[in-house]
Amino acid sequence: MSAVADPVTVHSLWTMAAESPDKFKAPDIEYGQLAPTLIVIGAAIVGVLIEALLPRKARYGAQLFTSVLGIAAAFAAVIGLAVGDYGTSKARIAAEGAIAVDGPALFLQGTILLVSLVAVFTFAERRLDPVAHGNRVDSFAAQAAAVPGGDAEKEATKAGFTTTEVFPLLLFAVGGMLVFPAANDLLTLFIALEVFSLPLYVLCALARRQRLVSQEAAVKYFLLGAFSSAFLLFGIALLYGYAGSVTYGRIADVVDGEVADITPALAQTMGNDALLLIGGAMVLMGLLFKIGAVPFHMWTPDVYQGAPTPVTGFMAAATKVAAFGALLRLLYVVLPGLRWDWRPVMWGVAIVTMLAGAIVAVTQTDVKRLLAYSSIAHAGFILAGVIATNEEGVSSVLFYLGAYSFVTLGAFAVVTLVRDAGGEATHLSKWAGLGRRSPLVGAVFAVFLLAFAGIPLTSGFAGKFAVFKAAAEGGAGALVVVGVVSSAIAAFFYIRVIVLMFFSEPRADGPTVAVPSVLTSSAIAIGVAVTLVLGIAPQYFLELAGDAGVFVR
Amino acid sequence: MNPINYLYLAALLFTIGAAGVLLRRNAIVVFMCIELMLNACNLAFVSFSRMHGNLDGQIMAFFTMVVAAAEVVIGLAIIVMIFRSRHSASVDDASLMKL
Repeated sequence: MSAVADPVTVHSLWTMAAESPDKFKAPDIEYGQLAPTLIVIGAAIVGVLIEALLPRKARYGAQLFTSVLGIAAAFAAVIGLAVGDYGTSKARIAAEGAIAVDGPALFLQGTILLVSLVAVFTFAERRLDPVAHGNRVDSFAAQAAAVPGGDAEKEATKAGFTTTEVFPLLLFAVGGMLVFPAANDLLTLFIALEVFSLPLYVLCALARRQRLVSQEAAVKYFLLGAFSSAFLLFGIALLYGYAGSVTYGRIADVVDGEVADITPALAQTMGNDALLLIGGAMVLMGLLFKIGAVPFHMWTPDVYQGAPTPVTGFMAAATKVAAFGALLRLLYVVLPGLRWDWRPVMWGVAIVTMLAGAIVAVTQTDVKRLLAYSSIAHAGFILAGVIATNEEGVSSVLFYLGAYSFVTLGAFAVVTLVRDAGGEATHLSKWAGLGRRSPLVGAVFAVFLLAFAGIPLTSGFAGKFAVFKAAAEGGAGALVVVGVVSSAIAAFFYIRVIVLMFFSEPRADGPTVAVPSVLTSSAIAIGVAVTLVLGIAPQYFLELAGDAGVFVR
Repeated sequence: MNPINYLYLAALLFTIGAAGVLLRRNAIVVFMCIELMLNACNLAFVSFSRMHGNLDGQIMAFFTMVVAAAEVVIGLAIIVMIFRSRHSASVDDASLMKL
């Protein structure tokens, strides 16, 4: 049967062009409700202009000022929207259906912005590396294009070059992350994923010390990240084929069989469950990769270890928040009608993630790798809350993400302080006796480790309790048992590091603790403060997350 | 011209790309295989667009092309950088960080 003769396939593709241009309706963009993202992207563009127009000496200050101002203004815009009830009663879908403005989106955007503000402080730290040729330098390469150890690198170092481009790159990544959990159609989801991934690939390659390792991390992250986003894109194609639309609400309606205007083509594809199941699975795969859940976690330890430590901290904290936000929205808004299919799969992923993360972490000898595997285990704990499929599930995940991201950022900021002649001393054997030599740094790191382990009076305990409670109420009791068991395994290696720091003799050739400027100090102080406040008085923040726990559709 | 056939072709191209990523050892070839996967997605998008009679899929295809172009810029920069420092673009040589 030829397509032209078949009335079924004669469709708007040919008739659209014949319509009068007067009928074209200009899109209606709610700039006020999209302000947080627009401000951050605007600040990033200003950052690019600063790179182009300002002399080298002036760039660092200007970039730092622009980044802090942009992120703070965006956070103020999020607070403004939340105060204006956009998180609850006025929750709505903006930008012609592309972006949701609702409780979870605003909560996660606020978290991402605060985390990035602290991350900017760690990016801008210039007191840790020894003064090179009279210039204070940060953790980023003098000239990223120069071959490591080559003449060009030596000249760049001598001239005091620094890569101030990291600030606009960070801002572009933050812009993508703000859109990612708020994306309300699959196109926006994909674009946001790429917008925050591409700057992160570049940032990974920019370490000043151990550049070969850093470049290797970037190649691995880039190839695997691009591979996973291709899977995500093919999943999107299949879901689009199934539902004839990329909008979340429309796909959900088609999945539930609640659409009135069924065209013959739609009737045909709706009957094809393979499209829906394979498409959904591939989109999930792409998101689970970004989260670092176990079958898709292979990149995590290498990238976390190789990337410059401030970037690792930012990536570990903010990417996880954004990706879990997108995963929650996908599972709760697009595929709730399919939950009897995805729940068993996610059960399996959560169990394997928790156990594998905790068990493999026990064998690690590098602090950054240890924290990477610990982040995998934590992804498993958060997945337990995702599986709950009730309102407490959403709010507990939101709370956990907020608590976890500050602990992670603080822990990686402490890692930047412990240094020897070769830069950061990340091998665990070098950390022996650190708590005796520098009690303050040791104590601060111990607080973060206890929070990771989920000891009461830290934010980790409040988060884990909320997540496991929601999972148990959601009928995932077995998952809670596995979660508690792997928490116990994880507690072993966190405590082991604390014992190593405080109860073993310091080595004579051990690392020194660099005295940071006010930037890193405040980053660590904010981390400790959030950890303790969310641990001792979590009630207000749990209620805040509870109020934010409803998705708009 | 049944659009289903184009979908089979898209799935086949995607599988060839995915197999290439897993089997080939040169970073540039791996990267080309990823591009092949993205193009397979594009073919699927336009075929579904034709089937459903709306333009969403074609718009997606445009966006995918732009994203693929941006990815080429970043990807080739990273691969060229690692080639210059190691004189090898093999993904097996990049193994400084093993357990």
